[in-house]
Amino acid sequence: MHAAIDVQNVSHRFGERVALDGIALQVKVGEMYGLLGPNGGGKTTLFRMLCTLLTPDRGTIRVLGKNAVAEAREVRARIGVVFQQPSLDARLTVLENLRHQGHLYGLKGHALAQRIEEALDMMALADRATDRVEVLSGGLQRRVELCKSLLHRPEVLIFDEPCAGLDPGARRGFWNDLDILRRAWGTTLALTTHFMEEAERCDRIGILDRGRLIAEGTPEALKREVGREVITLEARDPEALRLQIEAAVDRGVQVIDGQVRIACNDGQQLLAELYPRLREDVRAMTVSVPTLEDVFVQRTGHGFHREEA
Amino acid sequence: MLFWLPVVSLWRRELTRFARDRNRLFGAIGQPLVFWLILGSGFEKSFAPSGISGGYLEYIYPGTLLLILLFTAIFSTISVIEDRREGFMQAVLVAPVPRVGLVMGKVLGGGTLAFLESAVFLVFLAFLDIPISIASLGLTLVFLAVLGIALTALGFAIAWRSTSTAGFHAVMSLFLLPMWVLSGAVFPPDGASRWLAWMMAVNPLTYGMAGLRHALYFSTSGANAQLWFCGLISVGFAGATIGAAVWQAWQKK
Repeated sequence: MHAAIDVQNVSHRFGERVALDGIALQVKVGEMYGLLGPNGGGKTTLFRMLCTLLTPDRGTIRVLGKNAVAEAREVRARIGVVFQQPSLDARLTVLENLRHQGHLYGLKGHALAQRIEEALDMMALADRATDRVEVLSGGLQRRVELCKSLLHRPEVLIFDEPCAGLDPGARRGFWNDLDILRRAWGTTLALTTHFMEEAERCDRIGILDRGRLIAEGTPEALKREVGREVITLEARDPEALRLQIEAAVDRGVQVIDGQVRIACNDGQQLLAELYPRLREDVRAMTVSVPTLEDVFVQRTGHGFHREEA
Repeated sequence: MLFWLPVVSLWRRELTRFARDRNRLFGAIGQPLVFWLILGSGFEKSFAPSGISGGYLEYIYPGTLLLILLFTAIFSTISVIEDRREGFMQAVLVAPVPRVGLVMGKVLGGGTLAFLESAVFLVFLAFLDIPISIASLGLTLVFLAVLGIALTALGFAIAWRSTSTAGFHAVMSLFLLPMWVLSGAVFPPDGASRWLAWMMAVNPLTYGMAGLRHALYFSTSGANAQLWFCGLISVGFAGATIGAAVWQAWQKK
């Protein structure tokens, strides 16, 4: 059985800027795959290729075994796409938007009405069907977007930053909706995100930075590779502190966004060892379990929320 | 193949949006109406167009019809820019719909609105001294439909390229409005200075304008070679603008 999404050696440039550089990844059928990365990392470029809107300079992309460029029409019929920007017509009602969407996929009449009812029920939106989209809250609009992408029962759903601009409550609601969907249909999901918490909820993630896939795996495995703990120290002169620590203990020490960072398996002990020697320079110190941000930092040597140079 | 269902759906969306927007409903017809009354009455006595028995109010009447078509086309294609900036158009682009279908839906939608608005304006024929027959009315409606579609397709091709509505407005005042002025809508080509007459001769809208005039004054007894020629050019113009719109929509960003 082929992968739901198969990206082979994809590179792309926009003029001088390299957007993607030799990306290869597979998404299995039924899997929830997250593309995590800072803005400008190449996520959206890859997303646009997956939904057949952009042709890669080099490499091939297959979705459900079909070439996303040469067989774009077949791919389009079998995927659902949720864009970062709202794709609903705010002047139309929920029902009108859904009908229009169904027509785009060749659904009509009774069959369409049934699909709409089914999707509205699944997303608990039935009582808002005749409301104009413009009067709905951001969270509800998002849910209508999801409904809309489900009408033709896509085998793969692709999202670009699904929760950008949503408040925390709506974000939780959205993830809840995705759980409902996966339980009901087992749909393959691929999404881009720059939220760690979202990436955490995926079965597997790929981390993109400056157009390259710098890590891939389950969130747990990736975090395990960093170590059991991460010590973070804040100091007036982080660079000096780093040298000091390196002289004292033989460890890999990084300075990221003005913070000194040590990944290790014995955080408590190491901190106890360092503490008496360093406290005059240090303003704050924390020991924490690694996050996906730590994975990113470890692999790239720079911070996740760094300003684009 | 999946083609007409999306086209009809996109077409219906244009009409629904229009019906829900009162400003557009009156804007596209109100502005030309005011324009027609002021300009027409203002020049009524001081401007005597050759070959037309009536005054300027009558001369500029077909031009006003064309202006309504142009304004409605502009209003409905300006939404292409918003649609593209927001996700609506993207959602259409990732659906298994050919680009031709997308263009047709939008252009037929805008064209229908332009046609309806200008057709409403035909009630003012009652105040003019133009002899109207079934044949002339029918031909006029055909010209309005063809030109409405042509102008909407032209607007679409321009709007697809524009990144902002401000940019579209610039094109409108530097290109679309002069195109209308130089179509014989406001003054006849015969009396214009040579370079202007030359520009009017290459302006496809000139033939649309002339065709519209011929249609309005159509009589079965007269020679109508000019009318058919203008009709041919207008249909060709519509074909070319639709082609341009499809070609634009085909380009991947």
